[in-house]
Amino acid sequence: MSGGGTLAAAAPARVGRASRGRWGLAAEGLFWAAWPAAYLAFPDYLPLLSQVAIAALFALSLDLLVGYAGVVTLGQAAFFGLGAYTAGLLAVHGWGEPLSGLLLAAAAAALLGLVTAPLVLRGGDLAGLMVTLGLGLMLYEAANKAAPVTGGADGLQGVEIWPVLGLWRFDLFGRTAFLYSLAVLVLLFLLARLVVSSPFGLALRGIRANARRMHALGTPVRARLVAAYVLAGAYAGAAGALLAQTTQFVSLDVLAFQRSAEGLLMLVLGGLGRLYGGLLGAAAFVVAHQVLSEMTPQFWQFWIGAALVVLAIAGRGGLLGLLAAGRARLLARRGGGGA
Amino acid sequence: MLTVLLDGVASGMLLFVLACGLSVTLGLMNFVNLAHGAFGMAGGYVCVLLLNRHGVPFLACLAAAALSAALLGAVLERTLYRWLYGRDHLDQVLFSIGLVFMASAAVDWLMGARQQLIALPPWLQGRIAIGDGLATVGVYRLFLIALCGAIVLALHLGLVRTRFGSRLRAAVDDAVVARGLGIPVDRIFAVTFAVGSGLAGLGGALGVEVLGLDPTFPLKYMVYFLIVVAVGGANTILGPFLAALLLGVVDVAGKYYLPEVGAFVIYTAMVVLLLLRPQGLLARSAAR
Amino acid sequence: MRASTTRRGLILAGGAAVAAGAAPGGQRRAAAQEAGETARIGLILPMTGPFASTGRQVEAAVRAYLRAHGGSFGGRRVEVLLRDDTGIAPDITRRLAQELVVRERVRVLAGFGLTPLALAAAPIATEARVPMVVMAAATSAIVQRSPYILRTSFTLPQATMPIADWAARNGIRTCATLVTDYAPGLDAERAFKQRFTAAGGQVPLELRTPLRNPDYAPFLQRVHDAKPQALFVFVPSGEGAAAMKQFAERGLREAGIRLIGTGDLTDDDILNDMGEPAIGVITSHHYSAAHDSEENRAFLAAYRQVAPDARPNFMAVGGWDGMHLIAEGLKRTGGATEGDRLLAAMKGLSWTSPRGPVTIDANTRDIVQDIYIRRVERRDGQLWNIEFDRIAQVRDPGT
Repeated sequence: MSGGGTLAAAAPARVGRASRGRWGLAAEGLFWAAWPAAYLAFPDYLPLLSQVAIAALFALSLDLLVGYAGVVTLGQAAFFGLGAYTAGLLAVHGWGEPLSGLLLAAAAAALLGLVTAPLVLRGGDLAGLMVTLGLGLMLYEAANKAAPVTGGADGLQGVEIWPVLGLWRFDLFGRTAFLYSLAVLVLLFLLARLVVSSPFGLALRGIRANARRMHALGTPVRARLVAAYVLAGAYAGAAGALLAQTTQFVSLDVLAFQRSAEGLLMLVLGGLGRLYGGLLGAAAFVVAHQVLSEMTPQFWQFWIGAALVVLAIAGRGGLLGLLAAGRARLLARRGGGGA
Repeated sequence: MLTVLLDGVASGMLLFVLACGLSVTLGLMNFVNLAHGAFGMAGGYVCVLLLNRHGVPFLACLAAAALSAALLGAVLERTLYRWLYGRDHLDQVLFSIGLVFMASAAVDWLMGARQQLIALPPWLQGRIAIGDGLATVGVYRLFLIALCGAIVLALHLGLVRTRFGSRLRAAVDDAVVARGLGIPVDRIFAVTFAVGSGLAGLGGALGVEVLGLDPTFPLKYMVYFLIVVAVGGANTILGPFLAALLLGVVDVAGKYYLPEVGAFVIYTAMVVLLLLRPQGLLARSAAR
Repeated sequence: MRASTTRRGLILAGGAAVAAGAAPGGQRRAAAQEAGETARIGLILPMTGPFASTGRQVEAAVRAYLRAHGGSFGGRRVEVLLRDDTGIAPDITRRLAQELVVRERVRVLAGFGLTPLALAAAPIATEARVPMVVMAAATSAIVQRSPYILRTSFTLPQATMPIADWAARNGIRTCATLVTDYAPGLDAERAFKQRFTAAGGQVPLELRTPLRNPDYAPFLQRVHDAKPQALFVFVPSGEGAAAMKQFAERGLREAGIRLIGTGDLTDDDILNDMGEPAIGVITSHHYSAAHDSEENRAFLAAYRQVAPDARPNFMAVGGWDGMHLIAEGLKRTGGATEGDRLLAAMKGLSWTSPRGPVTIDANTRDIVQDIYIRRVERRDGQLWNIEFDRIAQVRDPGT
């Protein structure tokens, strides 16, 4: 395909510590401080905030794959869904312990990644993309047909999750659900940051920029990409498990194409290859969806769509890019300083 | 047996008319236009409005659907799409999904959320027997095959035989060189985009009877369009055409012979084809 | 035009949401509510996405009811908060239910367009001890998922058994089935087969079409080739037209195959646009817009006020009766909104609905109603489901 390479040559990956000055640190601190602040300020909105955290983790998994490894996928919901069903089925069959359920779900998703990686990483950009889409759709159909196991279109009934660490029960107000989701998100985020700044992460970025050169340098390109694919799968599986455990319900939509597409949308909205982009994009998307659909339950899509169009035309790599541009302009007006 | 085959061919042909514009924009302009189905939807609603509210003859409705979708495409291309040429594919995805959301909500606001139905003119209704009771096939399906077949032929000849076609192919192969040779690349792209949108509009109008029409149309069939383009390869007319035919026949036959397996057949076929021919059915060479 | 009504809906709903958002802190609001202000009802429906037409019908009927009966019952003002769950995301339905209960302190949850959506929200109703009125979803099992669920729609077995009996009585010996592959469809398939074979009939072919992107042509071709005497069809509201068109186009009628089904097939919402192919189709269902009664005329008039050019269908009557159930419950408690009291007040209620006499069974909390056998006929230039037989007070066989 002519010029297909631009699929991979996405926004610049600007996470290098060198480029992050005091401003970056302050922004980071602000970002994480916002979560407990939201918990205190909006105790009535905890279910929504849990959903933000889960969507953020899902977008993070996509960022590892799309933003760092440069592999675009339309089938990430397969991992999300497998994780959700793994956690859900464990709970239905008598093992409702959340943490081990989460780990097992992530492991199952990672295994799926290992099995499917050779298929996905084989063809060109578009072909690989469509293979992920096809695999996702097939898994959806499989879950639909396996109604005796999954509950089919009715969803999985009777998921009962035990208290977290034997201490905190999942309550109606969603306190436990939120804190649990947030804790998992923070831990996995820190892990992701370690990963992307490790030699492995640097190799991935190199591959995305120029796979041939990395190959010539002796990097096992293929193995690195498989590893990234598996890791992203595990992250998505963990996000799915979080959803299953906090809502105590699993239905087919966890595997749906819409979820894959929405995740990608959130990531691009926030900005690729910066870890924070997915988080910010997920927060913006979920909150905007909520606010708009409460205001106009029938036509919220129009306004979301308009926002996406405007952002895409503005370009600059999503919300994070816009923020960076705004900061640069602010600094320029002040006559420089800071970063 | 023959009936199933003909049904498959008809739905494949329809799919091709709907999707070929997408293949053109992707292959020729390297633009991921996920909003392609929205032009099909626009054509469909124009057809429904004219036919049901104003009693315009069906063929005139088809023409109007194609023209209005083409016009819409031209206007949007000039005002919005051109900002995103040459940009990152993911930005284009963001943009075109946004357009789909807007289009769906706008149509919902104007026309409501329910399914739209049309009544075909009497001469397109009914069935006729083929080959001495061998099989019967719906008149409308035959009409689809004939009309879409003519369009495919026209497109192919247009691309291969005309001056515009050769300029277009040149622009696709290497836009920079083509520009250097004095070919008005921008205008060619604009015209191509409008034609692709117009065809989608025609397909949407033809599809009201077969595929149904409601505000979720662009999202519902987006996956199918993508399959056609990916399996067919993005640079030719015949590739996507064959892919669409294959898709239609496999889909219909799968539902007829293996209804329990459902949509598996089509997805499996797609994955297998993509693994065997990642560059498309008729890829010219692996070097590209 | 439809647009004008939906626009009005938008403004109303938007206004309500803004009002809700402007009020400070949930606790304070709840206190005000107890002191004799409004009782909030959380209405969760698919207002966008593939099942939006269901949401629109129910929502319009709810508005029509409030308009026709004033907004106060048992001295308590009622406020409806509308939420869109997009129809395909049970986790959103569940979250919306949770938020409505926790943040908006709603006293009743209502709506629920599809089975998985209702099932996902059921634990919230149980835990919050809030009555949950299912206005549309129609799988038998729903009411068993929470002791707080009441249903004003119908169940598939309830609507299916009468047509199976009718077919057996009217000389049909072989009948194929074609249902959509999800819980209500499977309910319908099971109920039909059981009842029909018990009456001596045979089901030579059982087909299931996928819920998404259905194309009925290949399935109907198989029916055509199998040549049963009749075909029983269940498809979700809104899909009937496509199935019917293919039935006509495939020449099944000419091949001597009769088309029967539940009323979902000849959905009043789009029946009129189905044209010639629909005429003569026999279905069984609990509501037809052509039902001849004082109550139904009042319902049609009220519905026309909020949606001038849409015809209410069985989804709408579920919404209307759901509001009626809530209103009567409030009257019986004298305006008290405490969950268990309200639930007790709603159990066992009987009234004459636009569809005919109905009862909410005190034990199962499911609806008991008359089922009608109807034939599609043209009257005054429009297509209607004309009722010609009635089976009194049918209950869901599963309960």
